[in-house]
Amino acid sequence: MSATALFGQLLLGLINGSFYAMLSLGLAIIFGLLAIVNAAQGAFYMLGAFIAWMLLHYLGIGYWWAFVLAPLAVAIVGMIIERTLIARVYNLPHLYGLLLTLGLLQIIQGMFVHWYGTSGQPYNYPAGLTGGYNLGFMFMPAYRAWVVGASLTCCFGTWYAIEKTRLGSYLRAATENPMLVRAFGINVPRMVTLAFGTGVALAGLAGVLAAPIYQVNPLMGANILTTVFAVVVIGGFGSILGAIVTGLSLGVLEGLSKVFYPEASNLVIFLIMIVVLMVKPAGLFGQTR
Amino acid sequence: MLEIAGLNGHYGESHVLHGLDLAVGAGEVATIVGRNGAGKTTTLRAVMGILGKRAGSIRVMGVETIAFPPERVARLGVGYVPEERGIFASLNVTENLFLPPTLAEGGMSADEIYQLFPNLKERGRSQGSKLSGGEQQMLAIARVLRTGARFLILDEPTEGLAPVLVQQVGRVLEAIRARGLTVLLVEQNFRFAARISDHHYVMESGKIIDRIARAEVAAKMGRLEAYLGL
Amino acid sequence: MSLELGDVSASATGARGSGLIGLAVGVVLLIAAPFLFYPVFAMEVLCMALFACAFNLLIGGGGLLSFGHAAFFGAGAYIAAETAKSFGFPFELALLCGIASATALGLLFGLTAIRRQGLYFAMITLALAQAIYFLALRLPFTNSEDGIQAVPRGKLLGLVDLTNNFAMYYVTAAIFLAGYLLVARVWRSPFGQVLRAIKDNEPRMISLGYPVDRYKLMNFVLSAALAGVAGAVKAIAIGLATLSDVDFTTSAAVVLMVLLGGMGTLLGPVVGAVLIVAMDEYLAGIGIPVPVVIGVIFIVIILVFRRGIVGEAVYLWNRWRAGARA
Repeated sequence: MSATALFGQLLLGLINGSFYAMLSLGLAIIFGLLAIVNAAQGAFYMLGAFIAWMLLHYLGIGYWWAFVLAPLAVAIVGMIIERTLIARVYNLPHLYGLLLTLGLLQIIQGMFVHWYGTSGQPYNYPAGLTGGYNLGFMFMPAYRAWVVGASLTCCFGTWYAIEKTRLGSYLRAATENPMLVRAFGINVPRMVTLAFGTGVALAGLAGVLAAPIYQVNPLMGANILTTVFAVVVIGGFGSILGAIVTGLSLGVLEGLSKVFYPEASNLVIFLIMIVVLMVKPAGLFGQTR
Repeated sequence: MLEIAGLNGHYGESHVLHGLDLAVGAGEVATIVGRNGAGKTTTLRAVMGILGKRAGSIRVMGVETIAFPPERVARLGVGYVPEERGIFASLNVTENLFLPPTLAEGGMSADEIYQLFPNLKERGRSQGSKLSGGEQQMLAIARVLRTGARFLILDEPTEGLAPVLVQQVGRVLEAIRARGLTVLLVEQNFRFAARISDHHYVMESGKIIDRIARAEVAAKMGRLEAYLGL
Repeated sequence: MSLELGDVSASATGARGSGLIGLAVGVVLLIAAPFLFYPVFAMEVLCMALFACAFNLLIGGGGLLSFGHAAFFGAGAYIAAETAKSFGFPFELALLCGIASATALGLLFGLTAIRRQGLYFAMITLALAQAIYFLALRLPFTNSEDGIQAVPRGKLLGLVDLTNNFAMYYVTAAIFLAGYLLVARVWRSPFGQVLRAIKDNEPRMISLGYPVDRYKLMNFVLSAALAGVAGAVKAIAIGLATLSDVDFTTSAAVVLMVLLGGMGTLLGPVVGAVLIVAMDEYLAGIGIPVPVVIGVIFIVIILVFRRGIVGEAVYLWNRWRAGARA
């Protein structure tokens, strides 16, 4: 195993980790305010990638526009779904929310499989990011460097917005005691809708970033979702920073295991999950709700 | 400022408020007194729009609010200090203080707040959960004073507080009255309520059974003691 | 966070008298089925129905939603198939091996997940089942995409030749009936009552001194074992053990069956299974994407039809009776 291979896998692990982080960040935001686990998060990830592909394929609109438009479109779709469907289950036990979003996942994914089949559509690297840099110990493809930079910026930007800004304080307060926040005059239902939109937009953005690397495939959401669930269980739902750190670390660990023991690499995260559950059932950063 | 007529309220299946009537004039301080379980907190929650099922009429500043969601009630200029104080643990003191948005002109400025509540300035960066009961109570009152609300609703502000802090709450309420704000108060501590309140509504089993003005308190003390089991 | 998913009475088969009549009707239907339908299809339906009953034990009885029950079904299927085919085990032995593996897996999953509630429990079981899927993909004997095919049926107890479809069907039906009655028995037993009490108010049961986790674990393992029975019988009856037996769609399908039929009723899962399997066949023929239909049904049920078919029927029946009495 050469150093190049090692760093190559680490980079890939970092990239996967940043996707895990973005998706579980979105899940954490949604869960905090809605107390619902959005099983359709994978579908929104896939939707982001597909919208980027469709923009290119049908409208000739390239990556940089898609980078902005696709997450926006995903957010709008998400907010419509939240207002029409998800809001109806707020008064029910929380598992109905999970089941509802599961149904949504089936529908969205099923439709795209029906339209586009299960083989992926290729999506080219955007112009300007096709080359790479020789760092000596490894070759760093420009696009992958961009992905890591963009997703880390996005994750930590979101963290900052939530933990350090006034709008973030509204979100944190509403997560704790929504009724009281409403009694202060803040329109919490609207905040909830926006938060849902943001949560799924994060997934959609990850999808756009992933499109050139993983190809655009209707099943890409389902594939990543179970891993993201494991990440969320390991990290616990309590903290925003926890979601980011856990996602990144687990991606890197998974990448490392691919170097040393490729056959088991898929299982590494699940094994870690089992261990964490034995030792700290609330998750590494979790607080029991 | 507030007119309640025939208010019926439910907590889930149980019928808690039975045709309640109550009125508070602008600039007045009114209290609701009564034993535990009479429905005092429920009444405040109904006024705030937090109680799920309610029927009847609640007019705040002349506006019928029986069907309003809480945010609309608040936006009329109503400030709520709940019984549990509701200080957000994941926010620090300054964030807690500035959380409620400005509802109207005339709210206390940050400086005025810090003058009335000196501790809050020093503790600005502390997490909400780290405050003592007394500090939390002061913060809960301070943050609604900032918003410019003209009508304040306070639920058991002196509960669990040491006597020196009870006195501080009393001074704060005097300052509030001096600004011309209207206050509706639920208070178990009758001595405290008697000092500050213009009239008392006595509540039992979800209904108002008596209204005693400030001037009448001494004369009707016996009756009051019977009501409240003092 | 426990799951109070609607408190539909467990007396879906009605009071004692009508329960026996219902049972007799059911047995008659079971006997008649292979003459009305293609026996292999009927066997598949019965296996899924048993799987759904097993799942209902966990969700209707215990209030826990597992998203990975296909792991047990698939484990039963794969192990039974492998022992029958490669080791030449007779039917009953292969079945036992399948059940044993599902039970062991159930114990493993249960020990890991049982301390968590509600949402976390669901996600943990999902992730664990996904791990099993990965194993099924990689392990040599499972043949990944191809699965284990041409599983021999052999003879039951060395006597009954199971290659005859009718014989295989009746054995399947007998196993299904035994499983169904077992679930009914457990439901009505003191054990079942304790479980329901835990579902309704776990803190209270803890304070009363019940070893709540042990009860929940036992229920979970029982549910897993029964799912393993369903999977094992299916593998031998249909002759196939494939990846779809362990994948998430199967786990989701069984959730749907129980939701559609009515959680917390005895008959509901059976009704749900029959409908879903039939719908699956029909839709595959027409070319409408099955997951989309499943998703839509999910959403409709959750929004407007939470009691499910049998649950709704029981509810309306009880209301009619109460009205008639008044």
